[in-house]
Amino acid sequence: MTSLQTASSDRFPAGSAAFPHKHLLGIAGMQPWEIAFVLQEAEQWVALNRSGAAKHDDRLRGLTIINAFFENSTRTLLSFEIAGKRLGADVVNMHAAQSSTKKGETLIDTAMTLNAMRADAIVIRHNSSGAVNLISEKVDCPVLNAGDGTHEHPTQALLDALTIKRRKGRVDGLIVTICGDILHSRVARSNMLCLTALGAQVRVVAPPALMPVGVDLFGVQPFHHFDEALHGSDVVMMLRLQNERMQGDFIPSPREFFHLYGLDARRLALAKPDALVMHPGPMNRGVEIASHIADDLERSAITEQVEMGVAVRMACLDILTRKARGVEGWA
Amino acid sequence: MTRTNVMNGALILPGKANAEIGPLFVSDDRIDTVGRADPHGETLDATDLIVAPGIIDLGVFATDKPAFRFGGITRAALMPDQSPAHDDPATIRFAGRKGKPDFWVHPLAAATKGLDGQHMAEIALMKEAGARGVATGRHWIADSGIMLRLMRYCEMLDLPLFVHSEDAGLTGSAVATSGANATLLGLASASAAAEMLSIQRDLVLAEESGVHIHFRQVTTARGLDLIRVAKAKGVRVTCGITPAHLFLSDTALTGFRTFARLSPPLRSEDDRLACIAAIADGTIDVLSSGHDPRGPEDKRLPFADAAPGMAGAETLLALSLNLVRDGHISMGRMFELLATTPGRILGVNAGEIAEGMEADLIFIDPETPWQVDSDKMAAMAGNTPFDKLPVQGRVRKMMKGGRIL
Repeated sequence: MTSLQTASSDRFPAGSAAFPHKHLLGIAGMQPWEIAFVLQEAEQWVALNRSGAAKHDDRLRGLTIINAFFENSTRTLLSFEIAGKRLGADVVNMHAAQSSTKKGETLIDTAMTLNAMRADAIVIRHNSSGAVNLISEKVDCPVLNAGDGTHEHPTQALLDALTIKRRKGRVDGLIVTICGDILHSRVARSNMLCLTALGAQVRVVAPPALMPVGVDLFGVQPFHHFDEALHGSDVVMMLRLQNERMQGDFIPSPREFFHLYGLDARRLALAKPDALVMHPGPMNRGVEIASHIADDLERSAITEQVEMGVAVRMACLDILTRKARGVEGWA
Repeated sequence: MTRTNVMNGALILPGKANAEIGPLFVSDDRIDTVGRADPHGETLDATDLIVAPGIIDLGVFATDKPAFRFGGITRAALMPDQSPAHDDPATIRFAGRKGKPDFWVHPLAAATKGLDGQHMAEIALMKEAGARGVATGRHWIADSGIMLRLMRYCEMLDLPLFVHSEDAGLTGSAVATSGANATLLGLASASAAAEMLSIQRDLVLAEESGVHIHFRQVTTARGLDLIRVAKAKGVRVTCGITPAHLFLSDTALTGFRTFARLSPPLRSEDDRLACIAAIADGTIDVLSSGHDPRGPEDKRLPFADAAPGMAGAETLLALSLNLVRDGHISMGRMFELLATTPGRILGVNAGEIAEGMEADLIFIDPETPWQVDSDKMAAMAGNTPFDKLPVQGRVRKMMKGGRIL
């Protein structure tokens, strides 16, 4: 296998479709200009969401969107729900804890059931890598991946890219350092693919046990020592320790982890003076990030990431349903 | 009394690299004479066909007669990984009768009760019930003390021990080999060193106990290196492989294809090439199918939830012929890997065309082209990782114990 890195270019090649994919399953397989197109589309929704009382657009009126979450989630589920509702769609949430999957129904049968209900888009989170791909093969409508196992979380990467782009004016050429549990993180995988595609120089930091094998083929630079990686960073992205995905000991203790990989004021001073701090949430204060850094609005973009999340998901829902809605040029 | 002269076929004979045209006289269930026809025998014309010993498939997970028939398999060693596990004389006796008369199953005895890796099963009683080998199943026995006692016991009973080579502590819940592909797909993965570690320990214990140890699947360069060294030292060791690890690497997992979910998992391209080299230099002794038909309830699942295993019986011969076509081995050597050596490991009077042997023969047209198609397989399920692959070589006729099937 050769390098997975795509040439940095958001220039749209003549003659190709702006977004030719039926589903949004992952950043892998997306071209740089397609990513740029989604980010550009999201800008209008950022403006709408900030416009005051009437944050509403009716373009998805009459469409049914099912949020099928087989794994617990608060912010992503809420974000997709708000995104759908702001665009006028009827949004239904399905929680796995209450569903027939607990009664032994297979994933495929659940997918067929959702399909029979004639959803116009299905948003899926599942704890098994590839589960969303599997469902997408069995349903007729667009499927959006809201996180599958340790595989991908594409809308998170898109909202992170949008946050960086708005704060820094660009992504191309920036040094982005991602620190924490890279091995178990779908956010890290999607971000490595997305940010390198957009031309950023990505560094990933983790102890050996939490660093995936072959990560250099993503076009990123692996580090074990956080201080080294921080030098010259424009963006520092912290990840949560995914204790629920770990079997056995990966690290000795949260205290020791914070000592080596926690972001505090001393460490942050090693990055560029205007370095941006990000975290996909939920945060473990004192485990991977010191409270006063997370709360520093000058440096931290954490709440802004949540805001961009709604806009990016509105853009994705809009783009993926254009064909079915018969939008000119997309039908 | 039946007397059959097989005429004009190209015979695969012991020690010969290439097939040689000649007559073969079969009397009742035995090969009576090679190279001379019997004046009173009936004639069976085998013009343009290769006449080879029936394949002895060393290590299958299901007795799947239509698939074995298609694949030219006349005997198979059945793994004890059944439900329930084959860990007592009654199940062994029953399994041994299942395929007769046209197909013979040689059930392998579970090494431990319920394949739990801890409590030795009644191996001697199972031997009397027909078991011709002992197997740890798809599991690794973690406790070295139990393993050594098990080996000594098998050595005393003169039974070969079939082992699975993955250090379970290292593999954990992994479903893929560590590398860029597993990382990209976000699949739990383990270092390929898991195989080497377990082989090293088992070779040390095998040497100490004197048992004949058979590593059912060796799939990594470092594992094969250890086997080479042990063989040179004179340890009683043999090893096998399936076509999947010879012709596919972990890139086959792309798109979360569960038909490529195998145990041990598919390896890197470098390891795959090392396996081909080990076939060519004689380190690998056995080619088998690992036949394990799995329906959609086991395979149409997210990758990590899917059961490992492939339906391999139908494709074993055609894929093995690719090794001959690519110049890695001769036709004669291929049948040593498919029939002669497996027959010797099991201690059965079959696996080669020689006077006095059981008349288990297959008649092959090695050139016939066909396409592997998971929707049209004879097996109980079509979970082949080689779906849509064009191959060549088809079994035209089969003879089991002198009887044309």
